[in-house]
Amino acid sequence: MGFADRIREIDRRIIFLVVALAIIIPLLIPIGFPIQVSPSVRDLYNALESLPPGSKILMSFDYGASTYPEIYPMSLALLRHCFRRGVKPIIMGLWPEGIPFAERALQVTVEEEGKVYGEDYANLGFKAGGIVVMQALGRSFEEAFPVDAYGTPLSDIPVMQSVRNYDNVAIVIDFSAGDPGIPAWIMIAQGRFGKPVGGGCTAVSAPQFFPYLQAGQLVGLMGGMKGAAEYETLIRTRDLGSAGMDAQSIAHAVIVLFIVIGNATFFLGRWSSRRNKGTS
Amino acid sequence: MKRQAPLIITFLAGFAMILGYFIPHEPFGSLQQILNTWYMVVAAFAMILGVGNLVKLHSAKIRRRSPGFGYSYVLLAGLAAMALFGITRGIEPGTVFYWMWWNMHVPMSSTMFSLLAFFVASASYRAFRARNVEAALLLIAGILVMIGRVPLGDMIWSRFPDVADWIMNVPNAAGQRAILIGIALGVVSTSLRLLLGIERTYLTGD
Repeated sequence: MGFADRIREIDRRIIFLVVALAIIIPLLIPIGFPIQVSPSVRDLYNALESLPPGSKILMSFDYGASTYPEIYPMSLALLRHCFRRGVKPIIMGLWPEGIPFAERALQVTVEEEGKVYGEDYANLGFKAGGIVVMQALGRSFEEAFPVDAYGTPLSDIPVMQSVRNYDNVAIVIDFSAGDPGIPAWIMIAQGRFGKPVGGGCTAVSAPQFFPYLQAGQLVGLMGGMKGAAEYETLIRTRDLGSAGMDAQSIAHAVIVLFIVIGNATFFLGRWSSRRNKGTS
Repeated sequence: MKRQAPLIITFLAGFAMILGYFIPHEPFGSLQQILNTWYMVVAAFAMILGVGNLVKLHSAKIRRRSPGFGYSYVLLAGLAAMALFGITRGIEPGTVFYWMWWNMHVPMSSTMFSLLAFFVASASYRAFRARNVEAALLLIAGILVMIGRVPLGDMIWSRFPDVADWIMNVPNAAGQRAILIGIALGVVSTSLRLLLGIERTYLTGD
């Protein structure tokens, strides 16, 4: 077995170890790469920045535990931005797992910004039904959510008293990891009720939303942890997203390096087998 | 009648929803509202069906001693424990359910998803080869996007993010658009086949 073959047949546990080190070391010893903001994240930031204080936005937490590390940092950044601007988020979830994450994000940001439940934000909780719930919200929030997550009728919550349907919220933000998620919100809230929709999603699903961004059906998008890091840069609060960027940078570089080595050994093997055929 | 009744219900309910979408006035608007409310109630019951299916599937796996049946014990024990603590002690902060959710379920689920990075690295090393022109193009585009989407890429060359953005905005968006249009046409045609009773496989379970 030649050198190229040995490299090509390397034990995959060595690859796992190198990737693990590429992630762990930058997490323990941060490098602090500067973070550039992409247009789609800036657009989302500008959409919120342009809202007058007191505006209400609908924020849906439609993701589960597996995508929590990627999407949760986005929700923290966006809630911070809302509270600092005096924008009032109305929280809901179409995935049962979404609400505990929303509550944790609220716990952190509400304490930081000194906000009051019912006056500065509301949590409507989870509702099964996906796209049908979105349609019901177009008629009346009370139809879909007669009470909030804690059993209080919506009419008793000050922030909800002036909210009847989509007409009374400035924008819909969805943190999405699948279905129901951003495409369904675009279809109903944007397509049918004309409400601007923005969102955050996993990095792996972000490419599918570029046609919506170009068409103006999405006002902005955060893709993966990088999206969260960019939003944190815009609101000048480094947190979980920015902390993961060094590790992600090095991990990407390592994977690219593996691809290059894999291809180099592939071409080297092909070249040597052709040479052997030529000499025999 | 056994076959015709579901077809009639599907036809009526489907067209009522379509009419309610395009004509949100009486009587279609309120009809759609009623059907939507029913749907939300039925959707909530789907969870019970899901749990039932899960228990049935894994119990059968244990009975048959299928490969990996030991994991089914773990799954059923986890399901029973979460349900038991959730129902008897509640799910609020400070409860056993809450503790299990945050300290067991969330880290384990996140870990499973994170493992993708390791498998992607291993698979890309072994399989991502420039065997022909198309594969080479995909490989170059993949590398440029991977480098251009992280801060390191910007440090290496300030135009890397622009190159990655171009790939995402032009070739990627064009491909995605084609896929979306294809899916939409497929959904429309399949829905019409269902509503008109041409597609009947859902009745037989075949």
